[in-house]
Amino acid sequence: MSAGIDLENVCCDFGSFRAVDNANVSIKPGEFFSFLGPSGCGKTTILRMVSGFIEPTQGVIRIGGKDMRGQRPNQRPTALIFQNLALFPLMTIAENIGFGLEMRGVDKATRRAKAEELLRLVDLPGAGDKMVSQLSGGQKQRVAIARALAVEPQVMLLDEPLSALDLKLRQHMRAELRAIQKRTGVTFIYITHDQGEALAMSDRVGVMSHGRIQQIADPRDIYNNPVNGFVASFVGENNVFVGDLGTVSDGMASLSTPHGSFRARIGQGVSGKGVKLYVRPEHTIISDFAPAENGVHGTVQEVSFEGAFIAIHAVSDSGMKMVAELRNDGSAAIPSIGDQVWMGFDAQRAAILPDANTKG
Amino acid sequence: MQDLIRRYGMGLTGLMCLIVAFWLLMLVIIPNITLFESSFRPYLPVTEIGGPRDTYSVNNYLKVFNGNIETSILGIPITVPVHVMTFTLTIWYSVVVTVLCFAFAYPVAYYMAKIANPRSLPTLMLLLFVPLWVSEVLRAFAWWIILAFKGPLNSLLLFIGAIDKPVRWITDYDAVMIGLVYTYILFMLFPLYNAISSLDTNQIEAAEDLGAPWWKIHWRIVLPHSKPGVASGAVMVFMLSAGSLLVPSILGSTTSQWFTQTIQQWMNDALDWNTASAYAFLLLFLCTVFVSVVMWIFRVKLSDIAK
Repeated sequence: MSAGIDLENVCCDFGSFRAVDNANVSIKPGEFFSFLGPSGCGKTTILRMVSGFIEPTQGVIRIGGKDMRGQRPNQRPTALIFQNLALFPLMTIAENIGFGLEMRGVDKATRRAKAEELLRLVDLPGAGDKMVSQLSGGQKQRVAIARALAVEPQVMLLDEPLSALDLKLRQHMRAELRAIQKRTGVTFIYITHDQGEALAMSDRVGVMSHGRIQQIADPRDIYNNPVNGFVASFVGENNVFVGDLGTVSDGMASLSTPHGSFRARIGQGVSGKGVKLYVRPEHTIISDFAPAENGVHGTVQEVSFEGAFIAIHAVSDSGMKMVAELRNDGSAAIPSIGDQVWMGFDAQRAAILPDANTKG
Repeated sequence: MQDLIRRYGMGLTGLMCLIVAFWLLMLVIIPNITLFESSFRPYLPVTEIGGPRDTYSVNNYLKVFNGNIETSILGIPITVPVHVMTFTLTIWYSVVVTVLCFAFAYPVAYYMAKIANPRSLPTLMLLLFVPLWVSEVLRAFAWWIILAFKGPLNSLLLFIGAIDKPVRWITDYDAVMIGLVYTYILFMLFPLYNAISSLDTNQIEAAEDLGAPWWKIHWRIVLPHSKPGVASGAVMVFMLSAGSLLVPSILGSTTSQWFTQTIQQWMNDALDWNTASAYAFLLLFLCTVFVSVVMWIFRVKLSDIAK
């Protein structure tokens, strides 16, 4: 059983500070949806409004089509996984998992059986009699998931649950979470500031900044077609050129900058002077001769080997720092420090974008 | 210790240690040993002290069993020694004081730790502390005046129409209870406050999110976490109440008698310091046993309280 969630014109004010500004999103039943943004962008506030710990100042939140206004957290079909997990340290693992059922008046034997079943689901069979303090970080994580799943929520809300884990475990838990979500079919709303996490796990991502949802799209679209500069720079690296807009036609525009004239796709709502062009390092090409268009001449300053790719840091003759990433597959010659090179990019792979959407 | 010497020098550190040692030895240990020793000796005229009749015995302790009175428990008439009766009532009413202190302090402590705006906390603390600036004697007398038959409390209640004739508050142990709860409630409040504020608020929210009604959140999450605080508060309030002399003396009625008053009567009225000492150690010993038993029942360890 899973339910969709609809946020309609949801605002949340803390005093004179608007933490969430006019959020509109419709999350489908069984979807893995992530809110991605820097700290203070309002993503946790959205989560706390959906779970019922905060009432929206304006707007409506619907879960499974039902208006949630005035419903306390213990009356909503949601289960929240806290950033610090908030497991009950004075109870055993089985008691932790059975807590929600205990509150619903389920008898002890049934609770125990359900706990064992869920422990198998999260790959911790037989851990029921241990205490919380005896588990490792990753195991605690699984117990928190099991505890939330025990009450058979229609929506699971996860508040950066992986942030306390080390990198290796975090990557493992990503896959694990995704698998659990697929197995149970429960709608997941996932909060994170880690773009890799959001892109790797989610069906769709909502990127947030300053209380506003900047873009809602699937991970590929978020990365490849960001709607504005904030999204482009939050979900990846960019080489950014600032300049004045020239002619616009067929979704393409020219931009004249101190580093040369470029042509790129143009996003919605861009006009005038001082606009920005974004191009990803992996779409930045390095060559010995000048490309037909969008070329910048410069000197290689640093070559850093990252394993899967090689980052070339160069400074253009006009003084701009740029980064290009080459795949470590032997297909391209790797320049050395001090080499004179041409850097360029495909006009289709670069975009002229507006800044973040912050206006009311 | 090394740190102290490095920070304050040899002289000052030595002086501090000396003062503490003097206080412990001369004002705590030696007087207690003296009283303990004299509690086993008979009360004799000065000329006979050290004479043939001055021998050790437990007779002073056995005096609690002298002189029976008739009373009834739940309608069943029984005969008990009068001082055993006083002792039992002292323990019983001290338990009542402890329970009342907990009942009043818990909501306040929870409010201060989890609900109140942190910015208003210093003001709240100050409001709680201000009464402590007044001496305990004056506070007890203040209650004596407030609770008097023609006092302000009755006048107020009559005025607002809550009662139609004045209530006699200072009767039996009633006023003693009020006075003791008022005097010792902070000893319950602060350990409770410390214990509750160390609870991660997410735990409370997690319990609520999992469907717990408010009272179950307290019963299953907040109270178990605060058990050490409850225990140390309860031990303090109980011990202080059972050992209190001032409040029962000032707010007591003709029908109330606290065990400490009995000790005082042996000491000041009968001038029998030996029996008084025996009674005092009896009180200390039995209260300690009582507290230990209660702690064992509730599975509280001494190390929990020390936290």
